[in-house]
Amino acid sequence: MATGTAVDVVMPQMGVSVSEGTITKWLKSEGEEIAADESLLEISTDKVDTEVPSPTSGVVQQILAQEGETVPVGTKIAVIAPGGAPGEAAPAEAAPETPPEPATAEAATEADQAAGAESETPTAAKPEEAPSVEEAPPAPAPIEAEPQPAADGDGRREAKFVSPVVARIASEHNVDVSQLEGTGRGGRVTKKDILKHIESGAPAQAPAEAAPAEAPAPQAPPRPAPAPAAAAAPPGAGETVEPMSAMRKGIAEHMRRSLDTSAHVTTTFEIDLSKVVGIREKLKKEYAERHGVKLTYLAFIARATVDAISEWPWMNAELRGDSIVVKSYINLGIAVALEGGKGLIVPVIKNAEGMNLLGLARAIEDIAERARSKKLMPDDVQGGTFTITNPGGYGAIHGTPIISQPQVAILDVEAMVKRPVVVTGDDGGDVIAIRPMMNLCLSYDHRLVDGAYAAQFMRDLKENLQTWDESAY
Amino acid sequence: MAERTYLQAISEGLRQEMRRDDRVFIIGEDVGVYGGAFKVTQGFQEEFGQWRVIDAPLSETAIVAGCTGAAIMGLRPVAEMQFADFISCAWDHLVTVAAKQRYRAGTPVPITVRLPSGGGFSGGPFHSQNPESSFAHIPGLKVVCPATPADAKGLIVSAIEDPNPVLYFEHKHLYRRIKDEVPEERYTVPFGEARVHREGDDITLVTWGAMVYTAGEAAQKLEEEEGLSVEILDLRTLIPWDKRAVLESVEKTSKALVLHEDTRTGGFGAEIVATIAEEAFEHLDGPVSRVTAPDTPVPFSPPLEKAFIPQVEDVVAGLKELAEY
Repeated sequence: MATGTAVDVVMPQMGVSVSEGTITKWLKSEGEEIAADESLLEISTDKVDTEVPSPTSGVVQQILAQEGETVPVGTKIAVIAPGGAPGEAAPAEAAPETPPEPATAEAATEADQAAGAESETPTAAKPEEAPSVEEAPPAPAPIEAEPQPAADGDGRREAKFVSPVVARIASEHNVDVSQLEGTGRGGRVTKKDILKHIESGAPAQAPAEAAPAEAPAPQAPPRPAPAPAAAAAPPGAGETVEPMSAMRKGIAEHMRRSLDTSAHVTTTFEIDLSKVVGIREKLKKEYAERHGVKLTYLAFIARATVDAISEWPWMNAELRGDSIVVKSYINLGIAVALEGGKGLIVPVIKNAEGMNLLGLARAIEDIAERARSKKLMPDDVQGGTFTITNPGGYGAIHGTPIISQPQVAILDVEAMVKRPVVVTGDDGGDVIAIRPMMNLCLSYDHRLVDGAYAAQFMRDLKENLQTWDESAY
Repeated sequence: MAERTYLQAISEGLRQEMRRDDRVFIIGEDVGVYGGAFKVTQGFQEEFGQWRVIDAPLSETAIVAGCTGAAIMGLRPVAEMQFADFISCAWDHLVTVAAKQRYRAGTPVPITVRLPSGGGFSGGPFHSQNPESSFAHIPGLKVVCPATPADAKGLIVSAIEDPNPVLYFEHKHLYRRIKDEVPEERYTVPFGEARVHREGDDITLVTWGAMVYTAGEAAQKLEEEEGLSVEILDLRTLIPWDKRAVLESVEKTSKALVLHEDTRTGGFGAEIVATIAEEAFEHLDGPVSRVTAPDTPVPFSPPLEKAFIPQVEDVVAGLKELAEY
């Protein structure tokens, strides 16, 4: 039977900034047989929910962390004994080699390095690579082929053809197709089979996409010991209690850390959108008919913002240690609320500096649509350099948004409201006119950006909008 | 609305367009005094006279060449081939001259060539073919294949109005067999817009012409017997064809079958299948399939012809195969 050594299963690292994971469900219990790569358990992290496959064939000898428990990356959570020998000798062998701390520390360093590298993409898409398995040293697992066919039982695991559409849906929803029962020819998993599986509330849905609120958090400082969770008091009368989702926790941690990190200041400018309104009225139909694109005010604001940033590059910078890192590209994050206002995603429009009004309008529509239909890829929510949030759609007229780390500014777009304003009349005198007015609120990090710098940026942004030059966009 | 056969609908469309636009004239073999081999133009010569309903000599070359010249000079000719099969004689004028004139000289060539096509009545190899794909391959020509009386009328009007040479394939087997409500006034049906003949979720079936009805019967049968839901798209026009409708339907169903009465190799189905494979690859959950006639001439013998033209049971088998995949 196998190698005669027990193999430890540790909490895998699901992305550079992820330092812990929650066990949502054990798919095998102690004493059960398991084949290599068969799913052992489901975990939830603030980046992704996924299944963890067994690193080897054998028997689940020990489960060391229970469902609902959150443990640091690298923590030993189970031991798989070589096939057929549950319990025998394994603990003794496993023990010497698995202090959880080194694994964690290692992971942390790795995370820091990756953060520096900037382009490292924590990929949620390849869970099978993640679990860092530590084998006990003695016998380096000779390939002692396929232990006992019994483990495979009905032969279900032999490779079955996966059609293009099934492969795509599986990767979007993190589903292991080999684990599903198929109704197609020869047991092939059909599109209907996998959709049924997903609709049945199977594990591991979209959260890969959900993480973004927290995505750009490479600095991953040693966690500011989260206020030692006041041992949750039992619910009082009239209270309902539900656990925080991984996404909720991610947002909570990120918002708190951002306030702890940046020196937030908010400034508000009042913009007269008369010109933009007129131009939008004129272009709207053409955009819809010729390009199939909805031309929103947000697109105008995004375009004007990108322009203003090019004059004020520190708005598109980052403080990295003692250095100021200025970026030549503008990756525009657009905050998108999820259904019912519970949770948000910040998909990113890459290289917005190269897009005209049409390009931005199209990009905004695209990411918003994909955010709502859960079709964003991990890469779509990373690498933002400046964020726009748009609560104006709900009627807000002022806000003090929290910066998405490690960016240094976030622009809050408020509702457009018709208001009486004093303008210069034809005869040069003051007159009161009805104008479509909008407030734009900018939160910026005063560690880097000073008040005058931010105000001048906003002045230019206002100017861009009020004197919109159609030919320039 | 009035009830019209497929044939009456074509006739009515032609007549209304001739009344509306005196640039429109008809030319063909026996279209005048005799009223056409299938009587589509019966009574036309009485109403419009010999100069607008012209009996031509037995020369498809002369008919299409004459139309091309007249079109270049500003008229709107409608040529009738007695059978679509005979159009091969006019190939040179259509393909070399008419299809390329606009490209070469910028002159529109608004001719319509009516092509009674298709089999099912033991007409044999010279009177039963469906040569649409040969012409779909030629840039500069448009290809129209109506299946319903309402489309037959609206598309003949669109064909006459179109500034390009349009090949209008009218299926002989539908002439008197298919009857439906048709608006009485003149109207057009746009090119390039497929019609959803039947909605469904499990398999997309793309077809045109007489096969729309074969497909409909097959789908009905499968729905009753197997609970299978087949979406049938009637392309109505092949050039241009409604790629978007096909791809959207395939994205929904993930399985596609193309059905045509024409022979298999190089048939227009191949173009559709290739496009689905190219542009909807990640949506596919089964092989994109075809049900077509085999690569032989159309047989005379009724049993052989039945074996040649896709029948309801052939379509049922093809759909079942795909459903079970």
